[in-house]
Amino acid sequence: MEFSYDDEQNGLREAVSALLSRAYGDSEQRRRVVGTDPGFDEKTWGQLAEMGLLGLPFAESDGGMGAGPVEVSIVAEEIGRVLAPEPFVEAVVLAGGLVADLGTDAQRAEVLGALAEGTLLPAFAHTEIGSRWQASAQSVTATEDGGSWRLTGVKEPVPNGARADLLVVSALVGGATRLFLVPGDAEGLTRTGYRNHDGTRSAKVSFAGTPAQPLGEGTGDQAPAIEKAQARARVAYGHEALGAMETALTTTAEYLKARKQFGVPLNKFQALTFRAADMYVSLELARSTVMWATLVVDADGDVVAAADRARLQTSRASRHIGKEAIQLHGGIGVTAEYKVGHYTSRLTAIDHLLGDGDWALARLAGTVDDHETVDALA
Amino acid sequence: MRLHLSPEDRAFRDEMRTFFTTQVSQSIRDAVAAHRELTKEQFIEAQRALNAAGLAVPHWPVEWGGRDWTPLQRHIWREEMQLAGVPEPLAFNTSMIGPVIATFGSQEQKERFLPATANLDIWWCQGFSEPDAGSDLASLRTTAVRDGDDWVVNGQKTWTTLGQHADWIFCLVRTDPTAEKRQRGISLLLFPMDTPGVTLRPIELLDGGFEVNEVFFEDVRVPAENLVGEENHGWDYAKFLLGNERVGIARIGSTKRMLIEAKEHARGITVNGAPLSEDPYMTARIAELENELLALELTALRVVANSAGGRPHPASSVLKLRGSELQQAATELLVDIAGPLSVASFPDEDSDVPGWAQVATPSYLNYRKVSIYGGSNEVQRTIIAGSILGL
Repeated sequence: MEFSYDDEQNGLREAVSALLSRAYGDSEQRRRVVGTDPGFDEKTWGQLAEMGLLGLPFAESDGGMGAGPVEVSIVAEEIGRVLAPEPFVEAVVLAGGLVADLGTDAQRAEVLGALAEGTLLPAFAHTEIGSRWQASAQSVTATEDGGSWRLTGVKEPVPNGARADLLVVSALVGGATRLFLVPGDAEGLTRTGYRNHDGTRSAKVSFAGTPAQPLGEGTGDQAPAIEKAQARARVAYGHEALGAMETALTTTAEYLKARKQFGVPLNKFQALTFRAADMYVSLELARSTVMWATLVVDADGDVVAAADRARLQTSRASRHIGKEAIQLHGGIGVTAEYKVGHYTSRLTAIDHLLGDGDWALARLAGTVDDHETVDALA
Repeated sequence: MRLHLSPEDRAFRDEMRTFFTTQVSQSIRDAVAAHRELTKEQFIEAQRALNAAGLAVPHWPVEWGGRDWTPLQRHIWREEMQLAGVPEPLAFNTSMIGPVIATFGSQEQKERFLPATANLDIWWCQGFSEPDAGSDLASLRTTAVRDGDDWVVNGQKTWTTLGQHADWIFCLVRTDPTAEKRQRGISLLLFPMDTPGVTLRPIELLDGGFEVNEVFFEDVRVPAENLVGEENHGWDYAKFLLGNERVGIARIGSTKRMLIEAKEHARGITVNGAPLSEDPYMTARIAELENELLALELTALRVVANSAGGRPHPASSVLKLRGSELQQAATELLVDIAGPLSVASFPDEDSDVPGWAQVATPSYLNYRKVSIYGGSNEVQRTIIAGSILGL
């Protein structure tokens, strides 16, 4: 078991960090970018593509870089550190991951190549009103007529659903969940975008007999594949959250040193410094678990269970750190002008995309009798 | 970045597991698992079994019985030992005074004490805390005054764990009351517990056990050669010793064992016609503890990998803080599983209350100590806030 990064990985981190701090080093830059549609900066997205980051996990034969989950985790962490609003996890790890796992040769070449080049933004349209975080579709249906497929129903909220060039849509076919590709300009497709609390964008996406292309081949249930892709995205989100939590904590620690009340800096008050110490404890425990989960993805172990473990720990930590970061700042923490509250907002969003801590705990609770102990060194 | 143990480390783990589960007597391991107090003889028997196999002091210098293991191997050694219910080598000997003598002692002291300390031929106790010097150890008032070839010690120590079994004490004493910084006037002395003028008074704890003691010194004469290192540098040795104490204090293997136990007992209790082990709130509580423990173990693995030059990583404070909280949470879980039986702590032999339920609450009460000793959790928060966050 080994937790250190090699030189190449450290180099990747430095390069991503340099690019993103140019774009978002000043939190005002982020506020400007998320103030207008599509909620991220197309130019920065293009630069991420130029660095090869948008094709990072995909096979070279599909137009990707052939890198592993550790490299993906590094990018996600740097995204989180400056709260870059570019949809890396959403588009590359989740939507792209589904195409990479399930797509035909032609679909992979077409979608992943263009995604890697930054010319095509895919989005996963899965959540429905009244559904929660399951891997199966609920009410959107797909029907076949003479070899062509059409979708009916509504998906919402769909992250980046209005801006996306291509939707990867889950739909019911009989009792099975199948995935379909729908281009943004398809007939019978209506998309209404709006702003989320964290500055990103979602959309209501309606299908009215919309033509769609099945992703991959066969007729089996694709829910297990969705579960696995979601698990990898949960782990990547864990790293985005780690980056965000670390900045929330360091920003808070700096503030405690700088801000004076009662004639002394706030770090003279043990009631406050002890709470900052507890935030550090939460962060480090979450970091260990998320790093381990990435190694499980890398080794292709029980990815779904590892992601649940990482999610539980990250959920608890991100709520703790997010809330305390604001409280230890005081009133300025709830203003839109100051950066720290935006970290809490993003952490709250990440926590509720793909399953929160209690949701993961309920799944893990169902497995406690399957093992004597949880073996970290398995 | 790599998930799996290397084949060598996997073989090492198997070797440790086999040794601990077959070469330390079952009756001792059962007593540890049942949270029963061990006798002095049981402690000695277990440590000598480890020492004979070269497993008592692997972290010492090789010439004194150390093994030159990697930090990961030491972690595996410790966790497998706890998981198997093997009593760890006496911390006062192997983690505390042994490494101090090996690092700062004279050649004569090393030869005289180290082999006997590793083999528990000498049982050491710790003379650090005093009634007015707990977390604020540097305010200690026990004095040692030079008189010819001797130091003459007067004062009082307290919380001296297992002092009733001890042959020798390592004792922090004030040798220069005029030192400008109070940390600078402290020295470390070694002397036998049967030296005239040493009196020990046991302190009964909440669980009815006698684990700690007060020790009084009245004109105790200690030969000058029994001073460790340099006069008035005792504070440096104490800090070195306490740093070592924090490593391994997370006791992850031991908490794991308690969770295994908790699951077992929950299967045997019926609530509304179903086993308690299937109660959704109970399974969630266990699952959350298992996850917290996993996070802690992974953090321990990260920290050991980054502890350079024998100095503990600053994040080792996280291990002490969270490790103690999880030990306490596991004992609390056992009390809650025992439920109404948990009040029956000291029944007669014909009682039907199972042993684990009898000891559950006394253990829970006893384990309040773990967030207090070894640098209280508040001291750990101070370390994290100060040396990690710069506050």
